[in-house]
Amino acid sequence: MIDRRRLLAGSATAIATLGTGSIFSSISAFAKNASAKDVTLPFENGERPMVKYPQKRPMIGLTQRPPQLETPFSVFNEGVITPNDAFFVRYHLADIPLEIDPDKFSVDIKGKVDKPMKLSLADIKKMPAIEIVAVNQCSGNSRGLFNPRVAGGQLANGAMGNARWKGVPLKAVLDKAGVQAGAKQVVFGGMDGPVSDKTPDFAKALDLDHARDGEVMLAYSMNGENLPMLNGFPLRLVVPGYYGTYWVKHLNEINVIDSVYDNFWMKTAYRIPDNDCNCVDPGTAPKATIPINHFTIRSFITNLADGAKVKAGETRLKGIAFDGGSGIKEVAVSIDGGKTWLPTKLGKDLGKYSFREWHTAVKLPAGAHDIKVRATGNNGKTQPMEALWNPAGYLRNVVETVHVTAA
Amino acid sequence: MNRSIVLAAALLSTLAAAGFTAAQAKPVKYKLPEETATFKPGTNREAVMNNCTACHSADYIQTQPRGPKFKKDFWQAEVTKMIKVYGAPIDDADVGKIVEYLTENY
Repeated sequence: MIDRRRLLAGSATAIATLGTGSIFSSISAFAKNASAKDVTLPFENGERPMVKYPQKRPMIGLTQRPPQLETPFSVFNEGVITPNDAFFVRYHLADIPLEIDPDKFSVDIKGKVDKPMKLSLADIKKMPAIEIVAVNQCSGNSRGLFNPRVAGGQLANGAMGNARWKGVPLKAVLDKAGVQAGAKQVVFGGMDGPVSDKTPDFAKALDLDHARDGEVMLAYSMNGENLPMLNGFPLRLVVPGYYGTYWVKHLNEINVIDSVYDNFWMKTAYRIPDNDCNCVDPGTAPKATIPINHFTIRSFITNLADGAKVKAGETRLKGIAFDGGSGIKEVAVSIDGGKTWLPTKLGKDLGKYSFREWHTAVKLPAGAHDIKVRATGNNGKTQPMEALWNPAGYLRNVVETVHVTAA
Repeated sequence: MNRSIVLAAALLSTLAAAGFTAAQAKPVKYKLPEETATFKPGTNREAVMNNCTACHSADYIQTQPRGPKFKKDFWQAEVTKMIKVYGAPIDDADVGKIVEYLTENY
């Protein structure tokens, strides 16, 4: 459905961005969009304002400082690529960059390298580019749906998105600088930082082999445009198949080290239980933990919201699925609460890190139905029928259920 | 549409016609919307305002889970985390007041 008011508001924003953005190179805020209604996410204390930020359509506001914005779930039914203006935003620390000169921006490559160097954005854009369609998902996506609840950003399912990223492989940059023998990890820092110098600055690390896999990239373009400011303009790390915590925004520091990085953000935060299910009994603590890494496999129905009313008879079902990079092998749906499963047709394959569209049609007799969707990856992994639990509220991938009434 | 935007747009098309490429040459500036999240009125709200808002907005608290399991122990743990992990410079004398306010109001 096209909302005329939103269409008008959208075009006004476009004109304003064109005017101010091109001549004065500034992006200014519009007042809170009057047409956007506030929303209630499907968990207790889930009331959220719809907020309008520059370069963004109305988004679900989680926090204002630093800004955290969740994508309204209906966006995922619009297409397999998440538009830049609807892509979720997550910062940790409130000193975020609000003025960046792309002509002066550079990335420092240092540490255990033969030739420490500064690469300007122009230098990076001159290097051979690659493109990867990949999902970025916040580690805490869906945390609000945990039972029992846990502290942290209380998100529904909208802290994820799928974009076509263009940039240079991190490997090419590391090769240019010449990684020295004995190097173990690569540490990434961005321009965003803490307000207090006593707060640990945000930085993340990857093992050297992973950093040099040719897919981890420094991206300067997202869906054919510059990155939106709140998504890491002008350069961010893209770590296909890995949770968003590694996708460092406003990336300006790459440090090769000969140890395992042990700052707060690696050693204490963003850890998952070190066992086969990466889960523990609800309310208990894990014995040992490891850094969060690949996405768990997930799938969603996008064309029917929970509580939808449909006409009895044939109903079309459509949605998305993704995993940590093995790629989606199949998606099945159930209209009898999970007793029997029906196959679906997969849509176009945009690569193993992308959302994969699926669709099918089912016959729904009059009455109430629990429609479930379950994906299986090329690595054989699938989704659990009951939600797994961990104390930080990460990795949620339970088989999703949409309650529908046919009449 | 306001007049300066119309003029700016007109100027832009003139520049484009003359073969100029705007943008890129200047810093990109971003203006965040004005902060509107506030703490609920209540006893010891002042201690919270003085100690918490330097680093984050009030909605960080407003959006946390509610219920019997999210009372004093929960808020005590959160305040301790802010001090120990994030280095919040909170006076010992204020810790109790902050926990009390949060328990009472959220």
